[in-house]
Amino acid sequence: MKKIYKILIGIAFSPNLKPNLFEAIRIANMFNAELVGVHVGEKSTKKETALDTILKEAEPLNKPLKTIWQLGKPVDVILETCKAESIDLLILGALQKENLLKYYVGSIARKITRKAPCSTLLLIKPSVKRRPCKHIVVNGLKDKKTKETINTSFLFASNLNCKKITIVEEISQEELHVNVHDDKSLRKATIIKEKLKIREEQRVKTILKDINCADISVITQSIFGKRGYSIGHYAKVKRADLLVMNAPSKLGILDRIFPHDIEYILSELPTDVLIVK
Amino acid sequence: MTQKNTLKTFLSEIPKNIFSGFVVSLIALPLGLGLALASGAPPISGIIAAIVGGIVVSIIGGSHVTITGPGNGLVVVILSAITILGNGDMYQGYLFTLAAIVISGILLVILGFLRMGSLGDFFPSSAIQGMLAAIGIGIFAKQIHVMLGNLNAEGSIIDLLLQVPEGIVNFIKTPDNSAFYAGVIGIISLLIMVFYSKIRNRYFQLIPAPMWIVVLSVGMFYYFDLFSTTTYPIAKEQLINLPNDILASFAFPDFGKIYQAEFIGAVISITLIASIESLLSIKAVDKLDPLKRRSNVNKDIRALGLATIISGFLGGLNVVTVIARSSVNVNNKGNNRSANFFHALFLVAFILLFATELRKIPLSALAAILVFTGYKLASPENLKKVLNIGSEQLIIFLVTLLVTIATSLITGILIGIIVTFAIHVIINKNILLFVKNVIKPNVLMFREDGKYYVSVKNFSSFLNYTKLKSKLNQIPETAEAIVDFSLCDFVDHSVMENMNNYAETFERNGGHFEVIGLDDSKSGSEHPFALRKILPKQIIPLEGILTKRQKSIQKVSEEIHYSYDAFSDLEMEELPNFGYFKTRKIDKVSNVLSNEACTIFDVQFSEGAMIAKQVIKATMLHIHTEAQMPKFTLDREGVFEYILHFTGYKDIDIDAHPDFSKRFYLSGKSEERIRDFFTDELILFFESNKQYHIEATNVGLLVLSNERLASVKEMKALAYFGSSLQKIIEKC
Repeated sequence: MKKIYKILIGIAFSPNLKPNLFEAIRIANMFNAELVGVHVGEKSTKKETALDTILKEAEPLNKPLKTIWQLGKPVDVILETCKAESIDLLILGALQKENLLKYYVGSIARKITRKAPCSTLLLIKPSVKRRPCKHIVVNGLKDKKTKETINTSFLFASNLNCKKITIVEEISQEELHVNVHDDKSLRKATIIKEKLKIREEQRVKTILKDINCADISVITQSIFGKRGYSIGHYAKVKRADLLVMNAPSKLGILDRIFPHDIEYILSELPTDVLIVK
Repeated sequence: MTQKNTLKTFLSEIPKNIFSGFVVSLIALPLGLGLALASGAPPISGIIAAIVGGIVVSIIGGSHVTITGPGNGLVVVILSAITILGNGDMYQGYLFTLAAIVISGILLVILGFLRMGSLGDFFPSSAIQGMLAAIGIGIFAKQIHVMLGNLNAEGSIIDLLLQVPEGIVNFIKTPDNSAFYAGVIGIISLLIMVFYSKIRNRYFQLIPAPMWIVVLSVGMFYYFDLFSTTTYPIAKEQLINLPNDILASFAFPDFGKIYQAEFIGAVISITLIASIESLLSIKAVDKLDPLKRRSNVNKDIRALGLATIISGFLGGLNVVTVIARSSVNVNNKGNNRSANFFHALFLVAFILLFATELRKIPLSALAAILVFTGYKLASPENLKKVLNIGSEQLIIFLVTLLVTIATSLITGILIGIIVTFAIHVIINKNILLFVKNVIKPNVLMFREDGKYYVSVKNFSSFLNYTKLKSKLNQIPETAEAIVDFSLCDFVDHSVMENMNNYAETFERNGGHFEVIGLDDSKSGSEHPFALRKILPKQIIPLEGILTKRQKSIQKVSEEIHYSYDAFSDLEMEELPNFGYFKTRKIDKVSNVLSNEACTIFDVQFSEGAMIAKQVIKATMLHIHTEAQMPKFTLDREGVFEYILHFTGYKDIDIDAHPDFSKRFYLSGKSEERIRDFFTDELILFFESNKQYHIEATNVGLLVLSNERLASVKEMKALAYFGSSLQKIIEKC
């Protein structure tokens, strides 16, 4: 399990800056990590004073804030800073659709998410006051990254003081190998589903064996739906506070045209999302 | 059940299936002849389709009680194919059309292998209704002239309809004796069809109406032949023409036009209509099956395809599943596939033994059967049914109907789809909702407390219904299922209709299927199939139309002696006293069920403010107690999410009940009073019931299970829990 030492936040002087920054500072303190702020643009005294006023209102940081001012393309600057500063966690704010309770990731943030070398936390509703994180949903896909992802979610749970984790295994239609078309195949499918569920739970159990989950209640839940998408739906239905997911393996141009896995989530964020690299 | 047993039951049920197969064949014989004639093909081609269909589909098909044969939906398509491909020569056109039939059979087999059985769901139900009505009008328009003895009426459907008054006048004035008598027989036959169901004579009802027509007209011929001095007044061209040696004279398809555009068009329309007709019929027949089996649609489509190929090569029409004959089969106690097989065998017997007699049937008699069929497809009652669902459905229905009549079936159904979509866009005033979400997988299913919970997002209409369907089909019909549309902005008529069908199927098989999350939606009519648009959050419909859930709640309220108020603006003044609502703002309370002490209600509340706002709808129970209680919360051990507002208080364990302490998390301010309050009886009650989240103030209890709307069944359980708990507390 990778510890989180350094957190990066992009600073844009938008109305959302204050809640974004407050949220980042809180997270940094919870992890006892160093916070790095990057602003893509010129350094000016006006901007500096604006930043200072906000910082004064916020809770004091355990470790001082490091600010970087740099000109360039936002995507490149942030990605380069991630590498240069060996950042462990990148925090990005999501956008909200007008008048709708739907959130999505803007095009710049989306590009960054795809290419980021570190884990990315997408916040849909940063707030000045702390909202406790009560329920984390994490994917339990059969994937070599899953172990790390589950580990990270436990790290977050312990640092954010969250007491409930649901590990979701998505069982896709393809895995069933049976198409239900009559009573016989339905019975068969139900049996296979049950088997798959047991198999998946077994797999998650092996991962959990090495993790100390003493005062966290852990639930495993199988869901049936489209892989990578339904977990978001589930997080929304169950109103989780944080959704933790594997980073996608490789994304080509086709994946963006025919979105799958993470792309679905990015186009419609159900809640705060952590993508683990 | 072992294999041997199944075989044994199958064999023991053969006698009654032979009988029902016989009854069906009595209908299939005249209908087969008539449908073929109406299609412009030789009469025998309809019988060939029924025989091949009955044999092939009963052996390799995937359904149980369906009857297969020539379908009435195809009449219009095949007639136009024969006319267009034949260029005036009907027989040559028939040979070309046989080739189109063979190829459509091949396409059906491919569709079956690709599991495209769900393709039928893509058509909005009102558009299909409109198309079927158009087919009905098409059959009616052509056959009414034949029924009146005029074999030469020609023109488009509209022309033919306009000629009807003229046709009636001509019939009365006609100098042609043969045509006049044929017309009289036609009208009598029509009267038999119309009044058959009204005559309650047991012996009369033994023979189906179409067979009566055959029997009477053949009988009339023999009367003239044997007893009367005058000759039979109907000329030979007004009678059915069957080949002299039926076994030796099969027509063979002519593949000469296979690459021409009109041929391809014919293949497409034939395949489209054949598959739609079969799919609709299979779905409908499954509802009739006394043994509640589910048909394997794709397997059936494959079998129908193969049967169509064979039938086409032998000079027969398309083989489709037919609803009317299938329901006759079920009504006569047919309960397995052998009925279909025997119906085919009886047809073979009829054709071989009674060919001479069959040749005496006047065409007008058969046309009368078809006029009746056509009328039933397009009857004004269907129009009324559609209007009941909503005026927008009527627009879809009429547009599809008129376009189909004026142009062709394919244009008609395409326009129907487009109009449906356009109406959905107009109702929602939002095209992006559809464009952006149409390919997204919008259905989530998981099991929770042994129930299947299905949540649907964004919108649910004919466009993406297959996604919902494939999930719902995986739920055993004996289980309990809850479909939640609360994340949906729009649900259309096709989906609502299907939800109703599922509810019926589950009910029949002992399961339970419930739709929730639509109570805040607006709908155009009271019909259960009416489409529903979810209202913006703040608007409260004062006098809306009750959803099915609300109606069931109303019914349940009477059962359990609670009073019910759907649109109560009663602001629950006591709710904010509960710790649970300290941080949550109550927007509205609806569907209130109450008796003296307990109130069950749906509450909509929001968490957080501004952009962090989340709107939640949940069902809860509020118990008013007279006894003073200590403040406490009681939860399942391990559920930490609810108790945040009580942080700082630790779990109170009651030593005398280790099991209770292990399973429940009890906390509160004054530990002493809580310990006193939890008597043995109360603890036993909690131990032996479902674990809810319970929160108490001095004068009331708040009980909730999941933070979502409850199904009616869950509400009932909640009410029962509430009144029992209240009784125990009052005793303490």
